[in-house]
Amino acid sequence: MSGHSTYEPKTGFERWLDTRLPIIRFMKDTALDFPTPKNLNYWWTFGGILALMLGIQIVTGVVLAMHYIPNAAMAFDSVERIRRDVNYGWLIQFMHANGASMFFLAVYVHMFRNLYYGSYKAPREVLWILGCVIYLLMMATAFLGYVLPWGQMSFHGAVVITNLLGALPVVGPAITKLLWGGFAVDNPTLNRFFSLHYLMPFVIAGVVILHIWALHVPGNNNPTGVNVKSPKDTVPFHPYYTVKDGFAISVFLLMYGVFVFYMPDSLGDAINYVPANPLQTPPEIVPEWYLLPFYAILRAVPDKLMGVLLMFSAIAVLFVLPWLDTSKVRSMRYRPTARLYLAIFLLACLVLGYCGAHPPDQAIVGEPSGFILMDSDINSITWLSRIGALYYFAYFLLVMPILGLTEKPLPVPESISEPVLSHPAGAPAGATASPEKRG
Amino acid sequence: MADTVVGATPDQHASGDDPNRRDFIHIAAGAAAVGAVAGLAWPLIDQMNPAGDTLALASIEFDLGKVEPGQQVVVKWRGKPLFVRNRTAAEIAAAVKDDHADLRDPQTDESRHKPGKPEWLVLIGTCTHLGCVPTFGGGEYGGWFCPCHGSVYDTSGRIRKGPAPRNLDVPDYAFLSDTKIKVG
Repeated sequence: MSGHSTYEPKTGFERWLDTRLPIIRFMKDTALDFPTPKNLNYWWTFGGILALMLGIQIVTGVVLAMHYIPNAAMAFDSVERIRRDVNYGWLIQFMHANGASMFFLAVYVHMFRNLYYGSYKAPREVLWILGCVIYLLMMATAFLGYVLPWGQMSFHGAVVITNLLGALPVVGPAITKLLWGGFAVDNPTLNRFFSLHYLMPFVIAGVVILHIWALHVPGNNNPTGVNVKSPKDTVPFHPYYTVKDGFAISVFLLMYGVFVFYMPDSLGDAINYVPANPLQTPPEIVPEWYLLPFYAILRAVPDKLMGVLLMFSAIAVLFVLPWLDTSKVRSMRYRPTARLYLAIFLLACLVLGYCGAHPPDQAIVGEPSGFILMDSDINSITWLSRIGALYYFAYFLLVMPILGLTEKPLPVPESISEPVLSHPAGAPAGATASPEKRG
Repeated sequence: MADTVVGATPDQHASGDDPNRRDFIHIAAGAAAVGAVAGLAWPLIDQMNPAGDTLALASIEFDLGKVEPGQQVVVKWRGKPLFVRNRTAAEIAAAVKDDHADLRDPQTDESRHKPGKPEWLVLIGTCTHLGCVPTFGGGEYGGWFCPCHGSVYDTSGRIRKGPAPRNLDVPDYAFLSDTKIKVG
């Protein structure tokens, strides 16, 4: 942790505790007094939002587990019972189901914030990698949780995802059998998925602690991407960012509330209200929205194993991101060309998401062209996914390394304070102390 | 104790004295610990594999009398759908005709049914791509079509188009009599 501890135990009890378990000192230094760049904008509030969402998911999840029955014959009915009969069960179940979506929404914003402001660059590589681990664990947890209501999409989603691992040569079939605990997705599968779904959030919480630890060593990045040079560049976390985070959390919760109270099923698939039937696959298998881009990448490849490998690579590439970006400038505020490519990258992700939600043979516009290339019509979702996937990988593997060496960045300010102090309006010398001047 | 000088008396077990014995104890203790952990890890992993009762339910008998020519009956076997098809002469002919077509997973129709019983096709009804259940009567080869990712199978259950790598699997089964089979 940077900086000296300013904690002075006041009462006798605090002095007694401080020499035995200095937890109050630790909390004060890390959560209240922690020196934070004074120019953080609202994109920096998503860390707090994410911590809150994890808390909400754990609390609502523990409550749901009091009523849920992890048995293939009873799971579906027990979820319906939670919704209809358990006191406030409807609220808790909708909070949990929509909470997952809000959690992913926040994590995607958080990750794009990193991409834009170059927060993954040295010395924050480990911080970024831990974030990727959390993201990976979140996806696993969300998948496990989605299976639990044992509806048609739950069941066949589980079939498809576990079969993905079956594509691995030699060990694939043994792994799927091990995961299933039988010859197909069945009751043993549901049992263990429930057990693991309960476990994972606590694993995530553990990694979150490491993530925050890794954050507190170099401290926060900031919108200029310039390192903190002096105490004048920082303000204490409390009250400045507790209040800012608090406001952002309130706004975020309002949006969350709109989903929970007014459109609780809008993000889910109606077919999951049909109990699981192993003998009939729904007309279309679609994952939840937050996994759609990866699903599109999977389907873009005509070969099963290659499709699976490419999909996992799409996540794996994030882990090496700090070493793919060759630019010395962190923030894209000063990298106009990089900004353009990042905007296209965001577009590619949205296009992939769109592709994942639609049947592969569907025409993008009008009628199919009749021109077949690599097994698929040129005017089909499959080809749109291929273009999207191509850019997804090209952005990380070509644009990032090359652009960093070839582009001409704009001049970077000397310090965090400089752009504020040199503002034409002429901020007073004491601006560092006035929170209302923060950009 | 306060005046004890650290390092004043030579350490009886200092390295250099008899390094081999000390190293041996370290390595032996470490190896024992690793062995114990590995030995315990296997039960913790293997418990996830199919349990005894799951394996015991692994075979079923099926009465073919229920299936009219041209019909398909879907039964559940090992948690998966099993297609039992009574093929028409035209379907068999179409399958045999394509024996030497350009197939991804080349197999003759004859090798996919029991000798002398070409009308009976028994298949595991999960797409070899990602395990969805293909529907009969879809696709341009008169066989099955998988709704998930568009794999097309012919009247012999062979993969003809789409992402699936293999033909629909034929389970181990045997005719107990002319009208009864045992699967598994």
